[in-house]
Amino acid sequence: MIPATFEYLRAHTTDEALAQLQRHGAEARVLAGGQSLIPAMRFRLARPAVLVDINSLNDLNYLRISDHVLAVGAIARDSDIERAPWIGERRWSLLHDVSRVVADPVVRQMGTIVGSLCHNDPAGDWTAVAIASGASVVVRGAAGTRRIPIDEFLVDSFATAVGEGEMALAAEFPVPDDRTAGSYQKVERKVGDFATAAAAVQVSLNADGTIRTAGVALSAAGPTAVRVDEAERLLEKQKPTAALIQAAADAASKRSVPQADQRGGVDYKKHLAGVLVARGLRQALGRLGVQA
Amino acid sequence: MKVHVTVNGVAYDREVEPRTLLAYFLRDDCRLTGTHVGCDTSSCGCCVVVMDGTRAVKSCAMFAAQADGHEILTVEGLADGGTLHALQQGFWDQHGLQCGYCTPGMMLTAYALLKQQPNPSEPAIREGLSGNLCRCTGYQNIVKAVQQAAGALKEPVAAR
Repeated sequence: MIPATFEYLRAHTTDEALAQLQRHGAEARVLAGGQSLIPAMRFRLARPAVLVDINSLNDLNYLRISDHVLAVGAIARDSDIERAPWIGERRWSLLHDVSRVVADPVVRQMGTIVGSLCHNDPAGDWTAVAIASGASVVVRGAAGTRRIPIDEFLVDSFATAVGEGEMALAAEFPVPDDRTAGSYQKVERKVGDFATAAAAVQVSLNADGTIRTAGVALSAAGPTAVRVDEAERLLEKQKPTAALIQAAADAASKRSVPQADQRGGVDYKKHLAGVLVARGLRQALGRLGVQA
Repeated sequence: MKVHVTVNGVAYDREVEPRTLLAYFLRDDCRLTGTHVGCDTSSCGCCVVVMDGTRAVKSCAMFAAQADGHEILTVEGLADGGTLHALQQGFWDQHGLQCGYCTPGMMLTAYALLKQQPNPSEPAIREGLSGNLCRCTGYQNIVKAVQQAAGALKEPVAAR
């Protein structure tokens, strides 16, 4: 299980990386953490002719919070989120939860958030979290820089809106207000396994206790992580109740189109999607002091 | 391509194929066979080494080319001459191994963990080692070994 041959290029600046990607087009892949790409190359599921290693681009190694946006640079590691000084704040509880269950603690020291989004594995963790939190991806190419909402970014299994010669520079997560909390719920057979099923939820309340906005997304529930629009619509403007949570969970079960594999059958995974959305909503609301 | 990797303080200049994984570079090119390859797919943690002093990495999921210009610590670099590192002493005293196959990865993962968290709780040790599989010990004595090492590394005399 040795990868097919390829040409290795180490980029020293973002411009150099972009020039290399533009020169080699569809033949080239960006190497960030490599924790998905390298195993895929070993199984010969991926055979890029050229790898552009961006790990030396220290100016892309950042977590930066401004008034409205948390920007996560292309080589910020999962473990950087896990250890961020602000990760214990309630508003970031969705990111807090996911940062502790992505792969395993060693893989998280190499793996990157942006790389995970670009890999777009149907059972990835960050894709569902990005949907529930309304993230965007900043992509640069010869024509300039684009900011792509996550729902448009995730095109299909292992395919994104990043075009030939382009590169994702950062992921941007809106800074939630202080009446916001989230939860990430994942069932996995062992630490480091892909999710059997997973749900990301994030809820913002109005001052009167009704739900202002809700983000609900599933992983391992179709070709890409998927937004459960129906659950979001059901929740918005409503007072949280057990019946409301059950209705959102039912919508999630219905929306899930999982594949049967050794982790479980279709019926089980659809059921699990609903259970995990309900658990996530209860936990997020509980973090906001609401029992429902 | 040429790579220059410092392993356990020794510079290795070697000609490698870009597809050479770090684990095989260490074992075949540097002849440092203490780094084990278990699952070969980044699931088991047998191949963990420490990069640049504090970061644990699975060397089967990284190319030697990526280590060019970096410092790698393997199990061969833990002891100081004939004196075992506190982690090695901990695994010895606490019987933290049976077959020994996972042990280098366990120790290097723990090494990085103790650099990042010098005083980890038992749950933090178990969590920190959760990407490393052991099929012999049931983990109890591995956790005790890391606890012993954490204690020893806090004592000024044992600190290294």
